[in-house]
Amino acid sequence: MKYLYFIYKNLTRKKVRTTLTVLSIMIAFLLFGLLRSLSAAFDGGANVAGEDRLVSINKVTLIQPLPFSYLNKVKTLDGVEKVTMSNWFGGYYQDRKNQFPQFPVDAAEFFDIYRDTLNLPPEQLAAWKANRVGTVIGKALAEKFHWKIGDRIPLIGLFPKKDGSTNWEFVVEGIFTGKTESAQTNVMYFHYDYFDKSRQFGEGTIGWMIVKVKNPKESAKVAAAIDELFENSAAETKTDSEKEFSKSFAKQFGDIGLITTLILSAVFFTMLLVAGNAMAQSFRERIPEFAILKTLGFSDVTVMFMVLAEAMLICALGGLLGLGLAKLILVVNASRIATNLPGLDMSFAIIVTGIVWMILLGLVTGFIPALQGLRLNIINALRRN
Amino acid sequence: MTFNWLSQIFIVSWMNIRNISQRLGTSSVAVFGVACVVGVFIGVLSMATGFQRTMTSAGAEDTVIVLRSGATSEMNSGMSYEQTQLVSAMPGIRKEKEAPLASAELFVVVAINKKTNNAAANVSLRGVQAGAFKVRDKFKIIEGRNFEFGKNELIVGRGAQKQFNSLSLGSSIRFGQSEWQVVGVFEDGGGLSESELWCDAKILQAVYRRGNSYQTIRAKIDGPHGFDQLKAAVAADPTLTLDVRLETEYLAEQSVALSTFIKVIGYPLAIIMAIGAIFGAINTMYTSVSTRTREIATLRALGFGAFPVAFSTLLESLVLAFVGGILGATVVYFLFNGYTVSTLNFVSFSQVVFDFAVTPALLKQGVIFAAVIGFIGGLFPAIRAARLPVATALRDTN
Repeated sequence: MKYLYFIYKNLTRKKVRTTLTVLSIMIAFLLFGLLRSLSAAFDGGANVAGEDRLVSINKVTLIQPLPFSYLNKVKTLDGVEKVTMSNWFGGYYQDRKNQFPQFPVDAAEFFDIYRDTLNLPPEQLAAWKANRVGTVIGKALAEKFHWKIGDRIPLIGLFPKKDGSTNWEFVVEGIFTGKTESAQTNVMYFHYDYFDKSRQFGEGTIGWMIVKVKNPKESAKVAAAIDELFENSAAETKTDSEKEFSKSFAKQFGDIGLITTLILSAVFFTMLLVAGNAMAQSFRERIPEFAILKTLGFSDVTVMFMVLAEAMLICALGGLLGLGLAKLILVVNASRIATNLPGLDMSFAIIVTGIVWMILLGLVTGFIPALQGLRLNIINALRRN
Repeated sequence: MTFNWLSQIFIVSWMNIRNISQRLGTSSVAVFGVACVVGVFIGVLSMATGFQRTMTSAGAEDTVIVLRSGATSEMNSGMSYEQTQLVSAMPGIRKEKEAPLASAELFVVVAINKKTNNAAANVSLRGVQAGAFKVRDKFKIIEGRNFEFGKNELIVGRGAQKQFNSLSLGSSIRFGQSEWQVVGVFEDGGGLSESELWCDAKILQAVYRRGNSYQTIRAKIDGPHGFDQLKAAVAADPTLTLDVRLETEYLAEQSVALSTFIKVIGYPLAIIMAIGAIFGAINTMYTSVSTRTREIATLRALGFGAFPVAFSTLLESLVLAFVGGILGATVVYFLFNGYTVSTLNFVSFSQVVFDFAVTPALLKQGVIFAAVIGFIGGLFPAIRAARLPVATALRDTN
């Protein structure tokens, strides 16, 4: 503790340099916080997705339908607790730019299967079930378009209705929230029955099945059993855990994780050099002082620790400022981004990783000067000028 | 002193630049910092440019695409065979030997694994009619042969072949219950079609149980008024709820979302990194000034003006940043130019294969960016250099 004041004095003697060094480290960690959160949000779906849910799609692709009869066949399989279905809707509101995900689902089954992530008040669920053209929307969506319960929402859909028009109208009966940070609430759900009976083509088919298994440990077995059931039929299935499904979907965008890691490594390496160089410079200038300290009776190790502590302090200060700023930016913009990229938030894991990086950065940048401090020969150092 | 002002600037700056080698450590850090920033800047933007180029380059001014009204992409468009016949016969569509230059097409996606991560990706599979090859001027088979109508044969785009598994010439590939032979590779002016697989529309209808329906019509328009003529004809028919759009406009709209996304992420990223690099540069230049304190004081004592001294510091910073910028730009050019990647275009729900395009314009932007970093980074240290109190600075012991 008693050295703290000394370290503080050292830091403040060249205020500009210290400030600049702290700021460059801050920038590095600001980017770290933002990019890591971004990359996590892309894989976000995968994190919320439960292992006890399976998604079964047509083997050819997601857009090929499955027969309705598959639901009952899957229901009888061992280990299956519940089966429900969904489909694409691909509509937009007023302008082609206003696209967001919409899915026809089975009202009762769906919110039961997703009770661990989505929360819809029971009275709203009841009201929705009672209204054939009713819909429930996520909180992020409600905020984006300022929709409230009772609003009529006309959508232009990708499926033409029996009368040939593609105008679908819905009435908001409920607004659901996510139980976890990364649960998707930029989504709209409506009745499968209404959708299926009203569309011109494809009646009696489903887009994909969502299967809830009794025991998460048996997921893989159940998935294999489903695919086996429909093997060599006209519509073969491909069944994966929801987590795997989300992951492989995220992979379609290309490797976001790899790109952010590449950029971050470039940034980190640069900032490490910049900050490390500035610190090393500052220590070099103070070598005579360290010699005086040693002359006064400070041990080699104490001098070494003082140097190391100073490096750590600068890194921690810059790092925490950077992470704090990243958090602030994310919080301020959260609602705006939520509809496009739900779950954009800095998780605890990211903060911890950040702190580990700060410590590492401090150790690496402080190491060489600290070693110099340790090995410093008093006579030589005092003579230097 | 007999020097004039200009020669003072020249002498001090030249001396300073020659001495950079003595401050190699700090200077190379600044250079490296700028290089990294410029590298990331150009890298991200070259991705956006490459994507846009692929999306728009194949579009021809005299080609139209007919979609169902309100459809956001070919994927969610649809029309019957009768409608396609009706539209093809309409005025405004160019004819060759009495036959209209038009192709009714079917557009679906199939899951094929990507080579890079072996994960399933949505690859576009387009069923075309014979007119398709005449509508697209730049279409060319570059390997193998074209598919034969009535057979389960595929030709694959150049980009698609590079990115996805099992599309080599002569190989066979299964989509569900159907098996296909890859018989040719084609190019189409570097455009979006090169990310696709093509086959006979009739076969695709059967395999995908689409009855006799199609999704889009592509056609050549006849003369400068062809587009308006066709549009009016389609609008006049009450049985048709179709949109006629220029292919170029349609493709530009398809690419907006993703290239905006890349830029929205890319520009702030570059700016934040640039701020970091500016801090680094300022630090380097302050260090440079402080190690040269005595030298600067001596120069001033000899009669050199404050401005030439400040200018030399600014110039040093600019030179370092410039070198960094060139370095970053060069490395990115050799590393990324032409590098092929693919991503999911959400609008059409299918993969777009594109190359990073490190264009001369981007390289120029990158170097200008570096110069800005160098200028801001050198400005304050230059002012300090100019203001050094000569008497105390001469006494400086560092």
